[in-house]
Amino acid sequence: MSGRTGAHSVVEPSPLTRRIAGALVICYALIAIVPLLWIFVTGFKTPPDSIAYPPKMMFTPSLEGYVNLFTTRSRQSPEYMASLPPAETWYDRLARSRNMVIAGPSKYGQRFVNSLVVAFGSTILAVSLGTLTAYAFSRFRVPLADDLMFFILSTRMMPPIAVAIPIYLMYRSLGLSDTWLGMILLYTAVNVSLAVWLMKGFIDEIPREYEEAALIDGYTRLQAFYKVVLPQAATGIAATAIFCLIFAWNEYAFAALLTSGNAQTAPPFIPTIIGEGGLDWPAVAAGASLFLLPIVVFTVILRKHLLRGITFGAVRK
Amino acid sequence: MAEIRIQDLRKAFGDFVAVERSSFTVRDGDFFVMLGPSGCGKTTTLRMIAGLELPTSGTILLDGEDVTFRRAAQRDIAFVFQLFALYPHMSVRRNIAFPLVCQGMARAEIAAAVQEAARFLRIDHLLDRAVSGLSSGDRQRVALGRAIVRRPKAFLMDEPLGALDAEFRALMCQELRALHERLRATTVYVTHDQLEAMSMADTVAVMNQGAVEQVGPPQQIYDNPVSMFVADFIGSPPMNFLAMPGGLASGERSISVAGGQIEIPPPTAAIPPGELTLGIRPEHISFDDAAAMRAGVVAVEYLGTTQLVTLDTAHGRLKARLPAVTSARVGETVGLAFLTQRLSLFDGATGRAIPVRRPMEALHG
Ligand SMILES: Nc1ncnc2c1ncn2[C@@H]1O[C@H](COP(=O)(O)OP(=O)(O)OP(=O)(O)O)[C@@H](O)[C@H]1O
Ligand SMILES: [Mg+2]
Repeated sequence: MSGRTGAHSVVEPSPLTRRIAGALVICYALIAIVPLLWIFVTGFKTPPDSIAYPPKMMFTPSLEGYVNLFTTRSRQSPEYMASLPPAETWYDRLARSRNMVIAGPSKYGQRFVNSLVVAFGSTILAVSLGTLTAYAFSRFRVPLADDLMFFILSTRMMPPIAVAIPIYLMYRSLGLSDTWLGMILLYTAVNVSLAVWLMKGFIDEIPREYEEAALIDGYTRLQAFYKVVLPQAATGIAATAIFCLIFAWNEYAFAALLTSGNAQTAPPFIPTIIGEGGLDWPAVAAGASLFLLPIVVFTVILRKHLLRGITFGAVRK
Repeated sequence: MAEIRIQDLRKAFGDFVAVERSSFTVRDGDFFVMLGPSGCGKTTTLRMIAGLELPTSGTILLDGEDVTFRRAAQRDIAFVFQLFALYPHMSVRRNIAFPLVCQGMARAEIAAAVQEAARFLRIDHLLDRAVSGLSSGDRQRVALGRAIVRRPKAFLMDEPLGALDAEFRALMCQELRALHERLRATTVYVTHDQLEAMSMADTVAVMNQGAVEQVGPPQQIYDNPVSMFVADFIGSPPMNFLAMPGGLASGERSISVAGGQIEIPPPTAAIPPGELTLGIRPEHISFDDAAAMRAGVVAVEYLGTTQLVTLDTAHGRLKARLPAVTSARVGETVGLAFLTQRLSLFDGATGRAIPVRRPMEALHG
């Protein structure tokens, strides 16, 4: 873009506008960050500190929340505690200081792994299918292309949870309830329409000449797609993948309905921590903090692509 | 190297006919320029030759072989796109090597071929750069490098200089022509810029609304345009047209205009009845106080060695290119003389040229 700045520029904000805009952004960031920060901090409090009133700003950090998150414990009488051999590990000591004995690992780790498998699995599937479909719609003369694209979009118009009961019944008779495959397929089905639409926009932006040059240079259509189109679409793929991942990672309703044991993901599991032996807020906060981590890491890794991708090709040369 | 023969090529997109009844031959080693206004079907024709578009009907022969329905990859033709289509995610070296990698050539051979092509185009110092940082001239050379590196049967170029600024374009014109002198590869070059076409071509094909109007060497097209469209499209400023409602009886050698007669070259075909149009190139007009045809000077544009003089006559407005030393003042009335053997005649109804015999042609052979 040529530099259209100057006294008469309509686009360039004045210094005052800039300052106001900056202040608003900072305010919004604070509003958004404070609850997250509170959760993060609560994860390092002891249970009494976490419910102290007025809330404690200064406290001695403790890993009790994380220990409680990852273990199951049983309360024992002081006599029994005294009869035990000395505690061997720091987390044993921590539990015993509350008159508890660690009985074994909790299910959190397993639930977290389930979440990773289901969210990343469905994201990879949705983005791959979406990219291929979008390429076909973008490059080939597909009969009724516009109607088909609208149909694909229309699958998003109904809130997915409206079909929860039929899906529940269907999954039960197909044996997909409470399985990784079932959850991956479900999230893929929800995400694929979004992926097609986003990727179509990105692929439309890639000039056909790139592939045509490759075709003339002797490559097949598939090779040209793989060697020329995919690298060009990396930005769009990254942006689409993040949207899909966020949905699949955070999804609660279907996960609560369709999973209970083996394939249960983290979102429906975290609230159940509250039930186990009183209101253990630090454990809940620890579970929530860890749960945020993969999305943060994934977004940070792809942030360069994301920034360019979300502007939908506006910055493309 | 190869000869490209196009026969009755036609391409329709739905109801819209983009190319029709096109037939021409590109001789082996020819620098063949397709010239025409925007939207006349040049790119579509080129894409059909390349195999990127399938013709609705007609045939394309490459060295006598029918390649009409062959895939692009099997034609062994290189294509230089208007915006170069360099792969932005690859370095210059990988861009140029890309077609060779496809052929499964050995690494060392590829490296040598890329180096050679790059040296040939004087871009060997850029080989490890990313293409995104290059100037448009260097991009142009990289695109050419990718085309020449695999020694194809023919080069197709779609307005390869369209993205360059005017000054640089002239330089690249010379470079392209020099490249052609050295490689002697059959080249089909598309442009809508007549100066580019005239300065580079061995053969020019002028296209209009999907059809090829005239094919020939630049000078022939300039001197003997087959239609008013070609005459108007070629030359800057274009040929002047004077409407002659009186027509011409067969055998007559002059046309009557207001105030006198203009002598014309002898027609070699029957003259259609009805209105005629006289075509005069600006440089074939001179001032002659004794001449019967009078004109008023409307504007004078000084160009250094020559000047462009706009004149009003009883039959319409003319532009004349005169030596700068000729005195011409706005408001003056002057007499006009025309170089008889250079005049063209057109059928006023169809715009087709009426063939004439030019004494000069006899002299030059
Ligand atoms: N895929 C297509 N579908 C429909 N119409 C097309 C298609 N490709 C080209 N056309 C039409 O065919 C006509 C000729 O197009 P073409 O690109 O060959 O023109 P051109 O001579 O190369 O013009 P320019 O100088 O603008 O590049 C144009 O009117 C264009 O709109
Ligand atoms: Mg074109």
